Amino acid sequence: MEKMKLVLVGNGMAGMRTLEELLKAAPDKYDITVFGDEPQPNYNRIMLSPVLAGEQTVEQIILNSREWYATHGITLHTGKRIVKIDRTRREVEADDGTRTGYDRLLLATGSKPFILPVPGADLEGVIGFRDIADVEAMIDSSSRYQHAVVIGGGLLGLEAANGLKSRGMDVSVVHIADWLLERQLDEPAARLLQRSLEARGLKFLLHKQTAELVRGESGRVCAVKFKPDPGKGEGEGESVPADLVVMAVGIRPNTALAESAGLHCDRGLRVSDTMQTVTDPRIYAVGECVNHRGTAYGLVAPLFEQAKVCANHLAEHGVGRYQGSMTSTKLKVTGIDLFSAGNFMGGEGHEEIVFQDVAGGTYKKLVLKDNKLAGAVLYGDTLDGTWYFELMRDGTNVGDYRDKLLFGRHHIGDSGAGGGDEKMRVLSMPDTAEICGCNGVCKGDIVRAIVDKKLFTLDEVRAHTKASGSCGSCTGLVETLLAATVGGDYSTAPSKKPLCGCTEHTHDEIRAAIMGNGLKSLPEAMRFLDWKTPDGCNKCRPAINYYLLCAWPIDYQDDAQSRYINERAHGNIQKDGSFSVVPRMWGGLTNQKELRAIADVAEKFRVPEMKVTGGQRIDLFGVKKEDLPAMWKDLSAAGFVSGHAYGKAMRTVKTCVGAKWCRFGTQDSTGLGVRLEQLTWGSWMPHKFKLAVSGCPRNCAEATIKDFGVVCVDSGYELHVGGNGGIKVRVTDLLCKVETEEQVLEYCAAFTQLYREEAHYLERTAPWVERVGLAHIKEKVVDDAANRQALAERFRISQLSAQVDPWKAHTEGDAVREFIPIQVAKLDVAA
Amino acid sequence: MNEWIEVARVDDIPRQGARVVRTAAGDIAVFRTVDDEVFALLDRCPHKGGPLSQGIVHGKKVACPLHDWKIALDTGLAVAPDEGCAARFPVRVEAGRVSLMLAPEAAGLTHA
Repeated sequence: MEKMKLVLVGNGMAGMRTLEELLKAAPDKYDITVFGDEPQPNYNRIMLSPVLAGEQTVEQIILNSREWYATHGITLHTGKRIVKIDRTRREVEADDGTRTGYDRLLLATGSKPFILPVPGADLEGVIGFRDIADVEAMIDSSSRYQHAVVIGGGLLGLEAANGLKSRGMDVSVVHIADWLLERQLDEPAARLLQRSLEARGLKFLLHKQTAELVRGESGRVCAVKFKPDPGKGEGEGESVPADLVVMAVGIRPNTALAESAGLHCDRGLRVSDTMQTVTDPRIYAVGECVNHRGTAYGLVAPLFEQAKVCANHLAEHGVGRYQGSMTSTKLKVTGIDLFSAGNFMGGEGHEEIVFQDVAGGTYKKLVLKDNKLAGAVLYGDTLDGTWYFELMRDGTNVGDYRDKLLFGRHHIGDSGAGGGDEKMRVLSMPDTAEICGCNGVCKGDIVRAIVDKKLFTLDEVRAHTKASGSCGSCTGLVETLLAATVGGDYSTAPSKKPLCGCTEHTHDEIRAAIMGNGLKSLPEAMRFLDWKTPDGCNKCRPAINYYLLCAWPIDYQDDAQSRYINERAHGNIQKDGSFSVVPRMWGGLTNQKELRAIADVAEKFRVPEMKVTGGQRIDLFGVKKEDLPAMWKDLSAAGFVSGHAYGKAMRTVKTCVGAKWCRFGTQDSTGLGVRLEQLTWGSWMPHKFKLAVSGCPRNCAEATIKDFGVVCVDSGYELHVGGNGGIKVRVTDLLCKVETEEQVLEYCAAFTQLYREEAHYLERTAPWVERVGLAHIKEKVVDDAANRQALAERFRISQLSAQVDPWKAHTEGDAVREFIPIQVAKLDVAA
Repeated sequence: MNEWIEVARVDDIPRQGARVVRTAAGDIAVFRTVDDEVFALLDRCPHKGGPLSQGIVHGKKVACPLHDWKIALDTGLAVAPDEGCAARFPVRVEAGRVSLMLAPEAAGLTHA
């Protein structure tokens, strides 16, 4: 079959990202031709500021070398501007007369700097700040002239001013508004920024309107003249000397070509959610030239999201839709930390939380609406910007920790990334400092990979370096390095996070589809949701298998091949491929007979090592897979069931001795622990789930770092949820206090079921509680008795089929076959 | 050693799963994909020696259970950006019966 012809007009980041995504999805579908009017291949435009400031070179910011285009069979025309699109003949024409036909056309023409229509705007020495040519002109001017004036105190203007200053020029920034960055900052933050930029030697002329650019004797610009200030009633406006004027008052979508082809434009080229132009579905558009649902984006993260959707459609995997992005801003000026996102000005119905330390150079403002974060401005300390952005995106109810919110994630018992101080340190660490302790990845490795392999996202860094790919506790550090290396407006939080590379759908969307459409098997779910791969991957299959199991506890047929080996073999795989086996000991209680039986089994199967686990059970190590069924048979005969120490499942109930023996005990904590374990054992969960019962507030069972912990008190039982003793210690939140054991069991069942039904697969209770908010959980489990009972009842029903001992079920028949290796007698195998 | 040795019926291998064939020179993992294609690799991940036979099989890949490296079943090569190769063994399926040759093929070249 002859390939279709795809032509890309615009050799920049958005268009090329689309091609890269397309080559991943459908490498052989198109013959591709790329036209760019700049002489260079695709480069990283967001790194122009560091190039201007002398921190990077042009070569360092090239993203796709000419070899890359050649390797992928792409015809590249640089330095050629497309001047005409003939939609009838489906052909584009370049300014040198080159004509190329297309089946699909992708327009990524970007934007142009807006040049103020004032006299002298066309003089020599007046430029925008948009491409490598502008940067070269600025660098050239800096070596020959002294006075630079930047018109526009926005992000781009300040970056240009900073760069020119570091090149030794005398720089003034002219801004029409009352404070700098008025679209990103409120006045107090902007004043702090201005002060620190002034300390670097920049001058600011605020509330000034440019009247004219004055022509010097050589024909080059020599001064900027302002309109008279009406407040001061002066007759003639003042002026400042200027050998170089950089216009940075804004950008305009570059739509001249599209307009000439009759494509509907209105503050950008109008596109649908599939990134097709509304006028001609053969023509796609992405990037800064586009107006999607009324918004034109200028940051890299939304453009990359558009690129992904567009590529999927071009590949005819057409499931994705672009639904707009929420964006945040950082300033790429070395040494200045600034973050802003959302509605940071507040207004009717909004509340503000503000921290201001002018002398210390720190300012933080959070804007809340209905206990949800609506916007944020951070100056001086931006470490929690990513976290605030996530809270905004997820619409998390922050009512329970409003008082701590301003102090950052670190102060609310963070369950995920490392603490703020650590993040601060990471930038000053030497290259040899280890960032990822699991995989032994140093800072230098990560930074080199980001630069050399042109990585933009956390997932890419994980794939190439393994950093933060295992336990995930260094994710925050890696993100900090990524943001610092890639550039300021790298955004860490996509508006929507697909479950894995096999789909565009999120965890929540998949669950909703399963419930809403009665999907009852993996193939059915994947078909319905337009899976991109024939049978998923090792990320999505276990997740969907769990979601199906949770949704249809009675009639879902569990898919063993979609489970991780530990859950298939009912043991924990060890580094040598052997397994460890943990028999269940209810509430941590045991006796002579049980211990003797375990000892007998250990002896019979020559178990090389035994250990008491953190959850008060006995672990038998070094068991060969083929011995597992026989071992289970013996343990089963002695009355044991599997301890599920291997699964995304209810693990153990840890207890202290309680009122039966302890002189401080207030209730029967061991007895309650046994009852809780009998209630919950066998239950499959989004992640592992641990319980504990302490007999008094001395809390010897450490119940306040468990997923569900009970602390007995004289008057009843305190119920604690969402604790974690692992990667990052998180103390539980107090859910409520109850009076009877029966109530403990009901609340436990209800909380467990809510977690099972709402958390994402592989999300522990701690991050789940933080994501949805404790208020939400209280509402469902504590305040609404009917809902609590309904949850508990659904848990009871799901346990009917779950509480079948897997060991007993696997000791004979077909189920055993997989455990037994096939023997080959031949000995003459090549070594 | 360049002879075919019958090891199992296709049905003995779970679909999207694997069986271990124990030989004097080490374990060989025999995989069956969702489309009933059968592949054989040395049961050692090129990363840290994990038993590939215990991984989740998806498409023509298996994810090592120890550290989640993905290995292509048809070439034995680790999926980029990881680098490494598990030795492949020739497999033949006739009338629902699986035979192996117990001499490994050259790494990842012929079918790559």
